[in-house]
Amino acid sequence: MADLVQLLTSNPLARQLGVPQPTRLRRGRDLPTGPVVVGAAGGAPTLVRRTLDVLGVAADDALVDTPQTRVTETTDEGRTRQVPAPYPGAVGAVLVDATAATAIEDLEALRGVLRPALRALEASGRVVVVGVEPETAGGPVAVAVQQALEGVVRSVGKELRKGATANLVRVDLLTDAPTTATDLASTLSFLLEGRSAYVSGQVLHVGHADEARVREITSQRPFEGQVVVVTGAGRGIGASIAETFARDGAMVVAVDVPAGGEGLSQVANRIGGTALQLDITAAGAGQRIAGHVAQRFGDAARIHTIVHNAGITRDRLLVNTDEERWGSVLEVNLAAQVRINEVLLDPDLPGGLDDGGRIVGVASTSGIAGNRGQANYAASKAGVIGLVRAMGADERLGARGITVNAVAPGFIETEMTAKIPVATREIGRRINSLQQGGRPVDVAETIAWFAQPASAAVTGRVLRVCGQSQLGA
Amino acid sequence: MPDQPTPRDAVVVGGNRIPFGRANGAYAAASNQAMLTAALDGLVARFGLAGERMGEVAAGAVLKHSRDFNLTREAVLGSALDPTTPAYDLQQACGTGLETVIQVANKITLGQIEAGIAGGVDSASDAPIAVGEGLRKALLKAGAAKTPLDRVKALAGIRPGDLAPETPRNAEVRTGLSMGEHQARTAKEWGITREAQDELAAASHHNLAAAWDAGFFDDLATGFLRLSRDEGLRPDTSVEKLATLSPVFGKGEGATMTAGNSTPLSDGAATVLLSSREWAQERHLPVLARFVDAEVAAVDYVSGDEGLLMAPAYAVPRLLARQGMSLQDFDHYEIHEAFASTVLATLAAWESEEFARDRLGLDAPLGSIDRSRLNVHGSSLAAGHPFAATGGRIVATLAKLLHEKGPGSRGLVSICAAGGQGVVAILEGC
Repeated sequence: MADLVQLLTSNPLARQLGVPQPTRLRRGRDLPTGPVVVGAAGGAPTLVRRTLDVLGVAADDALVDTPQTRVTETTDEGRTRQVPAPYPGAVGAVLVDATAATAIEDLEALRGVLRPALRALEASGRVVVVGVEPETAGGPVAVAVQQALEGVVRSVGKELRKGATANLVRVDLLTDAPTTATDLASTLSFLLEGRSAYVSGQVLHVGHADEARVREITSQRPFEGQVVVVTGAGRGIGASIAETFARDGAMVVAVDVPAGGEGLSQVANRIGGTALQLDITAAGAGQRIAGHVAQRFGDAARIHTIVHNAGITRDRLLVNTDEERWGSVLEVNLAAQVRINEVLLDPDLPGGLDDGGRIVGVASTSGIAGNRGQANYAASKAGVIGLVRAMGADERLGARGITVNAVAPGFIETEMTAKIPVATREIGRRINSLQQGGRPVDVAETIAWFAQPASAAVTGRVLRVCGQSQLGA
Repeated sequence: MPDQPTPRDAVVVGGNRIPFGRANGAYAAASNQAMLTAALDGLVARFGLAGERMGEVAAGAVLKHSRDFNLTREAVLGSALDPTTPAYDLQQACGTGLETVIQVANKITLGQIEAGIAGGVDSASDAPIAVGEGLRKALLKAGAAKTPLDRVKALAGIRPGDLAPETPRNAEVRTGLSMGEHQARTAKEWGITREAQDELAAASHHNLAAAWDAGFFDDLATGFLRLSRDEGLRPDTSVEKLATLSPVFGKGEGATMTAGNSTPLSDGAATVLLSSREWAQERHLPVLARFVDAEVAAVDYVSGDEGLLMAPAYAVPRLLARQGMSLQDFDHYEIHEAFASTVLATLAAWESEEFARDRLGLDAPLGSIDRSRLNVHGSSLAAGHPFAATGGRIVATLAKLLHEKGPGSRGLVSICAAGGQGVVAILEGC
């Protein structure tokens, strides 16, 4: 049935009839093909320039649209109009440093940079605006201006076509722990590369971490020699997470329920990891994970990242939901990871979570927007959001350099979503700015970005991987 | 003369099996090769051995297609192991799985290999069917014919009766009796009661179900084809329910053996990873148990001198004598439940003064065992018995039990086999 819908919507006739055609997104570590251009809204683009230097990415100055710089263009119908001076070719990405934007006029500068660049933006191009956390911006006008950036970016995300994305990064500049270029590097790199293919219209937050904690900034294998535990790794998104971490050098411990063992062993063998069959809700699950790590990698070994990906759905309208259906979802999706975290966070436990380690949860757009028939699931996923926010603010974890974050996937093409009734599924695929479903690897790449040693300054955050879905946005 | 290697310990690192299926059940369409490959891949995944070259993989199947002459090697090539891992097939009826463990352990002990995988597989569903003897001979003759006329003559010799296929039978070649019929004689001889058999069968199901519930098999089994527990397991069976079944083996009033206290035909595969201590330690792999010693015995069942499945009753005393141990020196006993009465007849023989004197030539019987140490997590009556896979299932289960018990704990494995043979072994917990 999936194929029938695809056939109806993506054949040449459908294209001629004007059915929107999804663009093949740029994925992986590829940077944009065209040049990266940099502009500023208020002040100079100092932080963005420095960050690009850290990454070794060359950038040009962005063109700025003003009435004086416009050129005359003749349309096909022979009429003339004033347009911004064009770029010589396609632009790969436009980065705007708006950290110093405090006055409403600064927003005009933002428009001036964006307008010519958007006209030239290549397929799967990138728009990245960097601002500060509004509440730190100073007076009411400055706060308003910083908040305005979000309105601009979210609208631009909806305006862009052909797989291009727009995102806002908020940093701390006006606090006693200002964000540095090294803090920002992993996030800017993620947004520029194909890894962020299905992230658009979002606000990302980067704080500050001790310089010693921010490591492996430009490494292609940032998890080399590190132990990464992925639950629910036997199939779907979990399998992709395991593969992505293995690609980036990690020694992956792939965890799934014994009943999912067949898929789990295939994943583990494909990536050269180890399979750990485990019911995460069972008593002692955390101890068994730690025990496996200490046994297989030596007593001194510790976990660098644990990804709490395992989850279940037991959909039913709330009026028809009994305590078993309610409890089992909360148990697997939320309670189990709370207990496992408690165990692994014991600094004296062999095979526990390392200092400088990462905890990454998997929430859902259902947890943000709610979903009919998924009150139990939405409860568990919203719970994950609360959990990472609370743990991200925990100073004891901060002192150990441990970050806690979560992704919130939107419509991802998996075996599970393939079972959704056809009409609902097609709507899910289409009601987002990229006009297509995401792939498991898009979620995996985002999780890997959170987990990178270079992302030490990102904690307590939830990032949607939803192609700017309109659900709960 | 070059230096001889010093014998060293072979240890059990772990095991993996697929849940056992009932014949014509979940694995009805699965081949031996597919099941053995799945069991190997689960083992490789558990211990992170993808791409590793093992010293060898030894496995076998009792019911085997002629095309599967290189079954184990083919399974290795289809697995995640390094394709340069050598492999061979071995067959000793129901003793196959344990015999492969002995082979691999011996090679490790002698320093010929560092690590190897032992195992076995069987499918009662996907059994080979051969052409009848008359048809086979005619076809061979036609194939060897030098002229077309000779070929026609050879084929003309085929009679309609020759066209009936030969299906494998669970019967002894020399007696024509099924294994169950043989065992029914033994059960009668030793006076094994129906009640005792049903009690053993019920305990097997209850113990196995409890072990699955407790997650004991989380690191011993890997789901396959939607099966995540043994298909024949009946957690809710009881002595009362079993008592309602009619006997299927033996005749008349004294018949005690039913489908409930006999193992069902099954499909499945099991593997065991063995190595030197050094190999395991270098890879941070667990060391569950040490392979201590093994013995194989055979009895003359054809003349009726001894029961078909009684060979372990002879193998164990020989093994104990060599090791200077008594039957009571063990923390766990794993006696393969071909039939409940096999286990009970074997225990009865060890308790019998006459048997000790007349058959074993011993002054005193071996004595009785603490029954609470017997098949504590169930055995073949509940799990099923894919012939060649049983040895691997038992060795891995026992090794984990002994590891949990602690260093120095001891376990005895006893497996009876067609052809009047018995394969037994001792493991010691590490």
